[in-house]
Amino acid sequence: MSGVLVELQKRMAAAVMEPLTRNETTRRIRRDGVAMEREAAAFIKPNDSLSSLERLEIYNRQYWFRLYSSFEDDFPGLQAVLGRRQFERVMRAYLDQCPSISFTLRDLGSRLHAWLTNHKEFTAPKSRLAEDIAGLEWAHIEAYDAATTPPPTPEFFANVTEETVFQLQPSVRLLDLSYPVDDLMIAVRQDAGSNDTSTNNATATRKVSTLRRVANLPPAQIWLAVHRQEFTVYYKRLTPEEYRMLTAIQAGNAFGVAFEAAFANSTMDEADRPAFLQECFHQWAILGWLCEPEIPSHEFARTGELQ
Amino acid sequence: MPANRFNGFTDYGVGIGLRIPHYQHIFEQKPVVDWFEIISENYMVEGGRPLHVLDRILEQYRVVQHGVSMYFGSAEPLNREHLRRLKNLVRRTKTPWLTDHLCWGSVDGRYTHDLLPMPYTFEAARLTAEKIRQVQDFVEIPVAVENVSSYAEFHLSEMTEWEFLNEVVEQADCGILLDVNNIYVSSRNHGFNPLEYVNSVPAERVAQIHIAGHSEFKRYTLDTHDHPVIEPVWQLYARAIERCGPTATLLEWDDNIPSFDEVHREALKANRFLHKQEDLLPSFPSTTEPILEEATR
Repeated sequence: MSGVLVELQKRMAAAVMEPLTRNETTRRIRRDGVAMEREAAAFIKPNDSLSSLERLEIYNRQYWFRLYSSFEDDFPGLQAVLGRRQFERVMRAYLDQCPSISFTLRDLGSRLHAWLTNHKEFTAPKSRLAEDIAGLEWAHIEAYDAATTPPPTPEFFANVTEETVFQLQPSVRLLDLSYPVDDLMIAVRQDAGSNDTSTNNATATRKVSTLRRVANLPPAQIWLAVHRQEFTVYYKRLTPEEYRMLTAIQAGNAFGVAFEAAFANSTMDEADRPAFLQECFHQWAILGWLCEPEIPSHEFARTGELQ
Repeated sequence: MPANRFNGFTDYGVGIGLRIPHYQHIFEQKPVVDWFEIISENYMVEGGRPLHVLDRILEQYRVVQHGVSMYFGSAEPLNREHLRRLKNLVRRTKTPWLTDHLCWGSVDGRYTHDLLPMPYTFEAARLTAEKIRQVQDFVEIPVAVENVSSYAEFHLSEMTEWEFLNEVVEQADCGILLDVNNIYVSSRNHGFNPLEYVNSVPAERVAQIHIAGHSEFKRYTLDTHDHPVIEPVWQLYARAIERCGPTATLLEWDDNIPSFDEVHREALKANRFLHKQEDLLPSFPSTTEPILEEATR
């Protein structure tokens, strides 16, 4: 491995990924105190038109414009909730602290929910709402291109017992939310078109997406399944019992354990439970949420605690 | 020469990039297009609409994969998960050859999602060629590398860009995706003669050619893929076709994307050179060089 090449690429990458000024230009002094002009001149040749720093600035701006554009496309709901100024602060800080570690920009927001949970100072006083909507937007991205697993065979259904382990369709994402952000997201996404994630062209200027503000949303706990039918992502509200049971199934627990989980602390009348369960499984079967596990169920069977 | 071992001995004509704004038109109108180029990374997913759309396209069209983040020139090792997904997609599309850029873009596992220029050193050429060979061995189809547009040059460089390209493809024994627009853009930014570049490329290794539009600014030129192809780039294309023979050609249009018909019409202008090569060649030197000289002045 060439030490010279490694050194050059580390220096260039550090300079390219250095945050821009408020005016979207390259900083003259880096955060670690290094003068950018001297740094750029150390490895980039100037030419008749541009200094080393100006040549570096083309890449520095392009890096951030590309990330901003992708992030704004992925999180229109968060932008609508926070407003432009606060969203910008969140975006810049998140992308600085959590740079892309994937070959695809599709994964750019994968760490956003966890980051927001640990950085409430950026979203106050709407921290919980911001976390909920960011969580929903990421679940939407994951559901959109998740794999599809075939439904169980009739033989598998015919032999279901308390020990049976199902697997949830990989596109199903379960969310426990403090705000009814599903309706808000549907409103925000109505105008949003699709974009290719990766391209290979340069961008001259930053493109800022249209901001769609939403009214303040009063809190209300909801349980949500984000799922895909054919090729469209939908949101389905769940009862708390359904949510707990599906969460247990998703964690790899056997039916018997999932039943117990569903009704732990439930106020549902015991007499109503069998019909409720029947209706749940009927719905999930229609929606294609239940799949056979990849490994035979006896190897997964759990009779004790939740995993 | 068009069909060679670097493009799987195929004889593709003029294609365009498959882009989301055109999906509806393609499915409804079923236009006659010789082939589509897809950005591999946009379809390296597990399921859902992207793969459904791709499968529908594959039922009726030929597809070639073009990647944007393999980063052959990055000093760090190849990303195994990237390679695994890429190979799965290769099996799906049956692309006869595969392309990505002669550039770097990741350091310590962090991705810039940009096509950063290489320092043109022998050491970088050796490392890059080694990684291209690894990819070629893994995906088991020919790989062609594309010259990128660049806005910076390094003090470290020991040769010209085209010497570096030649060094890499010889060592890797791979093909070239010759982007004549990128040559033109870089020539504007670095002050070299683009014809010298085109004339220096080993013609027998050219698997495919890219054409595109770009944006001129006061002090630099940017590879924006948001305009029609300008005449000096067509003239570089003509020279490339003269040297390489009729070669699979693709128009890139990635921003401010016009209607499908407009993009396709622009791409088909390449047929002027592909189909009428004999008529055009005699007049090429007198019509081309002044335009290029003017453009690079």
